[in-house]
Amino acid sequence: MHEYPITKRIIEIADEYAIKNNAKEVKRINLVVGDYCGYVSSSIELYFDIIAEGSLCQKATLNIERVKPMLKCTSCNTLFERQAFSFTCPVCGGDGAPTDIGKEFYIKSIEV
Amino acid sequence: MSENNEIEVMQSVYDKNDEVASKINAELTKKGIYAINVMGAPGAGKTSTLIQITKRLKSITPYVIEGDIEADFDTKTLLSLGVKTIQINTNGACHLDSPLIDKAVNDLNVDSGVLFIENIGNLVCPAEFMIGEHAKMLISPVTEGSDKPYKYPLAFEKADIIILNKCDLIPYIDFDEEFFMKGVRALNKTAPVIKVSCKTEEGFDEVISWIMEKIQK
Repeated sequence: MHEYPITKRIIEIADEYAIKNNAKEVKRINLVVGDYCGYVSSSIELYFDIIAEGSLCQKATLNIERVKPMLKCTSCNTLFERQAFSFTCPVCGGDGAPTDIGKEFYIKSIEV
Repeated sequence: MSENNEIEVMQSVYDKNDEVASKINAELTKKGIYAINVMGAPGAGKTSTLIQITKRLKSITPYVIEGDIEADFDTKTLLSLGVKTIQINTNGACHLDSPLIDKAVNDLNVDSGVLFIENIGNLVCPAEFMIGEHAKMLISPVTEGSDKPYKYPLAFEKADIIILNKCDLIPYIDFDEEFFMKGVRALNKTAPVIKVSCKTEEGFDEVISWIMEKIQK
């Protein structure tokens, strides 16, 4: 299952930071997940409780901040959301180029 | 109700994978190996492309790490052609990750040449994972349709070279090359798109030139 190793890694990192800060349990994990990072937020949420069992995260809630992918217009620099089958800028009709917005996949913070 | 204590983390979930990938990359560079991550959907022609490439590499030793969920057909084929090849079976995982490659590189015992890592047939996940490569080669056959850059943007964005395979079939299908290239160039200004046919064996001189140029850098 695609989400399994990555969910495990999230829990590992959260546990690490909890231990480093002398916390007995992780209450909340604040994740930033871009829509283009390849992992589906809902799948991570679905399996999180099962995978977190036995760790410091077993009672933690997941707070996932989703980021919509944005292109940047090479003519007018506007950041815009893509339409299907197109990379065209809605402002000036120029060509959009990919950015890193939407590819995020990191743990922002944990709450203990 | 007591307030939670927030601890900043700001750590990528890919961190472990990327760390191992950097280590592999450094080790391969030191040994004089140029590593190419070969990606493409199932049936795109990844192995067929490697067969065409490896038989044309004159003074350079090719190595192949074959990634499949199961089976070892492609490894057997390449071995029968004299190419030093090793098989990885993920038994379920849809992409190769760097710890798997770390082990395979050690098992293969590489020494100066070009290492082709044929990733799992998949147009989605392989593009997201660094596995120690120097370059990403995307095999995209014309039979896939001209809309693939729009549907699978990350794979086309990350490619360092795009092999447009099965060009011998163009007269029999509706492939809109202009639409395809428009999509490719919006995502990727620099990757060369090389038209080939593994069937007729045309187009590979340009691919070899690209590889030789990369090795020399």
